[in-house]
Amino acid sequence: MTSSSSPSMSSSSKNASSINIDSAQLLTVASRLVEQAEPGEQLEVACGHSVSTTVRVYGGEVESFTNAESHGVGVRVIRDGREGFASAGTLDPALLDQTLADARDNSNYAEADPDAGIAEPDGIAAVDIDLWREEILSMSSQEKIDLAIQLERRVLDGDDRISGVRVSAYGDSAGAFALASSAGIRARSQATSASLSVQALADDDDRTQTGSAYDGARKAADLDLEWVADRAVSRAIDLIGASKPTSRTVSLVLDPHLSATVIGLIAGTLTGDRIIKKRSPFVDRVGEEVAATSLSFIDDPTDPDSLGADSHDGEGLACRSNPLVVDGVLQGYLFDSYNGRRAGTGSTGSAVRGTRGLPSPGIHALSVAAGTGGSLDELIAGVDEGVLVFSLAGLHSGVNPVSGDFSVGVEGRVIRNGQLAEPIGECTVGSTLQRLLMDISAVGSDRTHLPSGVSTPSLVIGDVMLSGATG
Amino acid sequence: MQRTLGDVIEEQVVNRVLSAGLAQGADFAEIFVEDVERSGVNLDDGRVENLSSSRDRGAGIRVISGETTGFAHTADLSEDRLLAAAKAAADAAKSPGGGVRTVEVAASEARGSSVAVPPGSVDKARKVALVRRADEVARAYHQAISQVSARQGDNRRRILVANSDGVFATDDQTRTNFAVTCVASGDTGLQTGYESIGHSIGFELFDRYDVDQLATNAAERAITKLEARPAPSGTHVVVIGPGSGGVLFHEACGHGLEADLVRKGASAFAGQVGKQVASPLVTLIDDGTMPGEWGHYAVDDEGQPASRNVLIEKGVLVDYMWDGNRARQDNRRSSGNGRRQSYRHLPMVRMTNTYLAPGDQTPDEIIAGVEKGVYVAKLGGGQVNTASGDFVFGMTEAYLIEDGKITSPLREGQLIGNGPKVLQQIDAVGNDFEMGPPGTCGKDGQGVPVGDGVPTLRVTEMTIGGTAA
Repeated sequence: MTSSSSPSMSSSSKNASSINIDSAQLLTVASRLVEQAEPGEQLEVACGHSVSTTVRVYGGEVESFTNAESHGVGVRVIRDGREGFASAGTLDPALLDQTLADARDNSNYAEADPDAGIAEPDGIAAVDIDLWREEILSMSSQEKIDLAIQLERRVLDGDDRISGVRVSAYGDSAGAFALASSAGIRARSQATSASLSVQALADDDDRTQTGSAYDGARKAADLDLEWVADRAVSRAIDLIGASKPTSRTVSLVLDPHLSATVIGLIAGTLTGDRIIKKRSPFVDRVGEEVAATSLSFIDDPTDPDSLGADSHDGEGLACRSNPLVVDGVLQGYLFDSYNGRRAGTGSTGSAVRGTRGLPSPGIHALSVAAGTGGSLDELIAGVDEGVLVFSLAGLHSGVNPVSGDFSVGVEGRVIRNGQLAEPIGECTVGSTLQRLLMDISAVGSDRTHLPSGVSTPSLVIGDVMLSGATG
Repeated sequence: MQRTLGDVIEEQVVNRVLSAGLAQGADFAEIFVEDVERSGVNLDDGRVENLSSSRDRGAGIRVISGETTGFAHTADLSEDRLLAAAKAAADAAKSPGGGVRTVEVAASEARGSSVAVPPGSVDKARKVALVRRADEVARAYHQAISQVSARQGDNRRRILVANSDGVFATDDQTRTNFAVTCVASGDTGLQTGYESIGHSIGFELFDRYDVDQLATNAAERAITKLEARPAPSGTHVVVIGPGSGGVLFHEACGHGLEADLVRKGASAFAGQVGKQVASPLVTLIDDGTMPGEWGHYAVDDEGQPASRNVLIEKGVLVDYMWDGNRARQDNRRSSGNGRRQSYRHLPMVRMTNTYLAPGDQTPDEIIAGVEKGVYVAKLGGGQVNTASGDFVFGMTEAYLIEDGKITSPLREGQLIGNGPKVLQQIDAVGNDFEMGPPGTCGKDGQGVPVGDGVPTLRVTEMTIGGTAA
């Protein structure tokens, strides 16, 4: 890459910022289509529009620079309890009408369900949360490129044992979403986001170790480039010399990033569709002790400090705070309007969706309460025989959310008598989601807001099977 | 001559867009136009819940200047917006300036999947009947089957790729699939069974496969696992059954043989061409030309014809897989492995249909040779760290092997290994062979359809991520 002020660059960034992301305009489009609802027909239209850029650098040069603009519409029709859905990657008026016609045709073939239907307004007022940072749109292409190059440079300079960077990337997006329905719902939102990610490579004789790190925020200025670089470097070099451990029972120590992954998997089994269709190990267990009493977590999209915060859910209802586990006792589940009707509880404002698919209940902003276990270092000091986890592999193939079986690849450092010891790899940890919750032995005081939208402290989970060499 | 997408974009527009991409002196410009129609029927909880359909159409424009790629895309195929996208891509590629080149490409013959019954022509009621039937058969299989979901899906993807090297190619790809998932409920909790099929063909898929059999397979797997014991932990001899075991090679070495990762030192197989990287029993092939297979296409997403590429022959690494970008850097030909999820994505090196050639032992001989081990009949997905070579994959149907015989069913668990080591530790390859179920391979956030297949094979040592001692 050459100069930082080439005329072509500034013109391209002007092009990007001249694109108008306007949720009010989208809502007009959605409302107009909803006005075509026929008597007895429920109609819901979701519209989206976003722009994004992705910069990938390699060897100090831009490897690729992507300017993207996406539109989408999703139309849901329910007639006589029969649901049909159609979507299109455009807001072209002719195709909007075609999409509505397709959704209607599809509804003719579904089987009737008295509970099928769009969300009905429930009178709960939405919390106004500002997810928009105008700065994203005025940032020049060169500033974005510089961030990715700086990140790569800091990783390469971070330690002599770093042999390369597979990818260093900056990305951002600005998007608007609007939803209108024949039940009178009109909801809209706009949000921006920015991210940095990097994967560092470290030489380890005939092997290569890797360390990945990621940060996300609503605007680039809130990204912690130094932290991303330093974490990737330390993760890669701390694995140098990793070997396969002997199989044994250990405690897992999870920093907030890894805790978010594990608690997120578990919370995913508390969604209303899994509960109603009896596809969760936690069906019919409200009021029971399902976790260690030190554990409490809620889904709280109304917390403006969470990156998962939102004012409305995917059906246009107000987002709200939903307790899931308090002092180890299961409090309830997350519902969209359909599953909430079937459960008899109503929606918890937990529908998630894009324009390309139907809404379903999901997590917005999971929040685990801070405990009394202290910092990550203090938690490590309290473990006799354990593993500080750096990464988990195969979460999609090794976790069964129906049976709860949990078996995933792990890399990290052994903890022996409260001290960090040798690095390990090519091994797995096994348990079940149900047991992981009960086996939480310490909850840290270091609650952190993470880019995934989860806010959580570090956790220690005892009695997990580490599987490696047969010892 | 029939031209796919001729209704969507004019040849002269393609030429003007490519010229605009090169206007600032870039080395290469490309336009990729895509039109995708999908439809799906979803049954769950005893009811056809909904039918869905979607339509996506747009173009991605790529401009390369030196080592830098600029990329922009648009869903609006009007000439104005295409030219604007070409300018944005050229700006992003930061071309040195100067040098106007006009591009002229000529349409070539249309290609496409062989489709007897286009899914778009099939009555939706017939699709509904298929998922309904799966539900009935699975529930009738055993009273412990407590939940069933079934999905039939199909899509037609038409693409046009033209570039400043004179390539002008089109493809018309149709894929049809079907999947059933069952939950069995017993004293030990819930267990799941899954079965799926998918081919790059039309609705004649259902002449080849019997939905009753697919539903029965899924139900049987769930019921069998109710009796399963926890999988063992530690290292064991592992025999992998034919078909779905292909995911082992996909993860153990497939990704590591993608030339983009090799270049960045992010592959354990960098610098190994011509060397013995696997047991002499291993001959591994990636073949995008296999008619009807899930990863089949006529031309890749850069306009290059699909081809059959021998990656490893009798244990010796023959070649990596290449896309246009990597081929240009090394001044060689693309191997037809440049693929992208959609017009919104840049192409990169991807697998197609990856399979292990059969050997000469019978499956019975291979199992009989194991005193104590694990037989994995069905594998789920996997993941690999290509730099370290460590990979995992899930076993969704597995049994103990005791004294040369398959015995008790095991609960789900993950297997973990190191690609380069596992390739050397394959000590038996069967004379049976099957392609596995349709897969979606994820890389850098992009998913593409892939196939894989293996005969029965044996690995002398792998770590099983069970919970039993």
